[in-house]
Amino acid sequence: MAERELRVSKIRDGTVIDHITAGYALAVLRIIGLTGREGHVISVIMNVPSKKLGKKDIVKVENRELKEEEVHKIALIAPRATINIVRNYEVVEKKRVKLPEIIRNVIRCANPSCITNSGEPVQPLFLVESMEPLRLRCHYCNRVMTRDDVIKQF
Amino acid sequence: MRPFKGRDVISVLDFTREEIDYILDKADSIMGLASENPDMLKGKVMAILFFEPSTRTRVSFETAMKRLGGATVDMSEPRRTSIQKGENLTDTIRVVDNYVDVIVIRHPLEGSARLAAEVARNPVINGGSGAEEHPTQALLDLYTIRKEKGRIDGLKIAFVGDLRYGRTVHSLSMALSNYDVKLYLVSPELLRMRREVVEYTSKRIPVEEVDDLDEIIEEVDVLYVTRIQKERFADVSEYMKVKGSYRITLDHVKRMKEDAIIMHPLPRVDEIDYSVDRTPQAKYFKQVYYGLLVRMSLLALILGAVE
Repeated sequence: MAERELRVSKIRDGTVIDHITAGYALAVLRIIGLTGREGHVISVIMNVPSKKLGKKDIVKVENRELKEEEVHKIALIAPRATINIVRNYEVVEKKRVKLPEIIRNVIRCANPSCITNSGEPVQPLFLVESMEPLRLRCHYCNRVMTRDDVIKQF
Repeated sequence: MRPFKGRDVISVLDFTREEIDYILDKADSIMGLASENPDMLKGKVMAILFFEPSTRTRVSFETAMKRLGGATVDMSEPRRTSIQKGENLTDTIRVVDNYVDVIVIRHPLEGSARLAAEVARNPVINGGSGAEEHPTQALLDLYTIRKEKGRIDGLKIAFVGDLRYGRTVHSLSMALSNYDVKLYLVSPELLRMRREVVEYTSKRIPVEEVDDLDEIIEEVDVLYVTRIQKERFADVSEYMKVKGSYRITLDHVKRMKEDAIIMHPLPRVDEIDYSVDRTPQAKYFKQVYYGLLVRMSLLALILGAVE
C-alpha cells in the first residue's frame, strides 16, 4: 500500500476510475473523450497489482466530476471498473459502471459490410443485449459484436 | 395487430406471426380483389432502386405494382447516375422519396434498407440487403410452403447449400422460427449459417446442423436448396470437392417422401439437376408465382388499398 501511495497521491477533488482492465486506461480516456487538452490534471496508472483483478489500471481526473452518461460507456471495455467521486479528499460517491441500453456513436460496427461503415451520414447505434458477456447488436445490420470486437477499436 | 398502411418491410423480425399469417391470407385473395378492382393502386408510384443486379425480384415487384393499377419508376442502375457522381445513399433516398409513394431498395451493404427507411417518409421495402436479409423472399417462401403443404406447423425443413452468404435463408429461418417446425441446416463447414441467425432461431425452434444431405433426405418435408458460389472459396479445389455433395438429383428425389417439396430462391445454376424439374416435388417455379401474389398483397396493404 505504501508503495502505491508513492506512485499515486490522493486527489482533492475530481473522479477516480478504479479497477480498469489492465492496459486499457488510455482507451478509457478515449472512450470518455478526455484528450488532456481540457486542462485537467490527469493521472494514468497502469498495471498496478490488484487483489480483485491481478493487475489493473487507474485513472484520476482532478477537478472534474464525470457525469453518469460519460462513465457508463467505460463498461464497454472495463466492465469491472468503479467510479469514485472525490470532494475534499473524501470519496462522496462510489458506483460501478453499468452500460446503458443503447450505445450511440461511441464505437463502429465490426461488420465491414455494414452501411454505417460506408461514409453515410449516420451514427452507429447498438442495442445492448447483454453486458457479461458483452453482446451489442447493430441497429442497422443486426450483427452482434462481442467485447473482443470492441476492444480492437481502442 | 398494428395497421399495415405506411409500414416499412425491412426485416422479417418486424412482423409477428399473426401479421405474417395475415399477409399470406391476403395473398390468397389478392388476385380476386385485383380483378374486381384492377385500379386499386391507381395514382400510386413505386420506385425500384436497385444497387445490385437483379432480374427476378425487380420484375416481380414491378409486375405486382402494375397488376394493382400502380406505376413504377425503375432506377435499377443508379451506379450509372447519381452514385457515380458521388452521392450517398441517404441523399439518393431523400430525393427519390419526393417523387414516389413507396420505395423498393436492393443494396449490397447490410443495414442499407434500415437506413433508407429512417430517411424516407414513405414506406421502404427491403428487396435484399447484402448478405443480411431478403424479407419478401422469406414471406413468399412461407407462402409456398403453406400452399403446397397445406400448413407450416409440424414440418421438417432442410436448408441446403450456402447458408452463410445466402440472405434468403437468413430471413427464412428467422421467419420460420415463428412456427412449430424443425430445421436442418445442411452445408459445408465454410458456408455454415451465421452464428447470430442460428442463435436467434435455435432459441425458438429445434435446429440441427448437418454435414451430409443423406442423413436427413428421407425425413424432410421441405428441401430448400441454395446455390453454392464458386467465388466464396479461396481454393477452387475446395469448391469442386463440396459442390457435388449438395447437388440434388433424381436419386435424392426417389429417397424423399412422396409429398415432400423442393424449393429454390433462383437463379439455379446446377445445384438441382434439370431432370428433377419434372418431378412432382419440384416447386421452384411455382414459388415465383407465389412471390408475385405475396408482393401484391404487401403493396396493397402498405399503400392502404386493402386492410
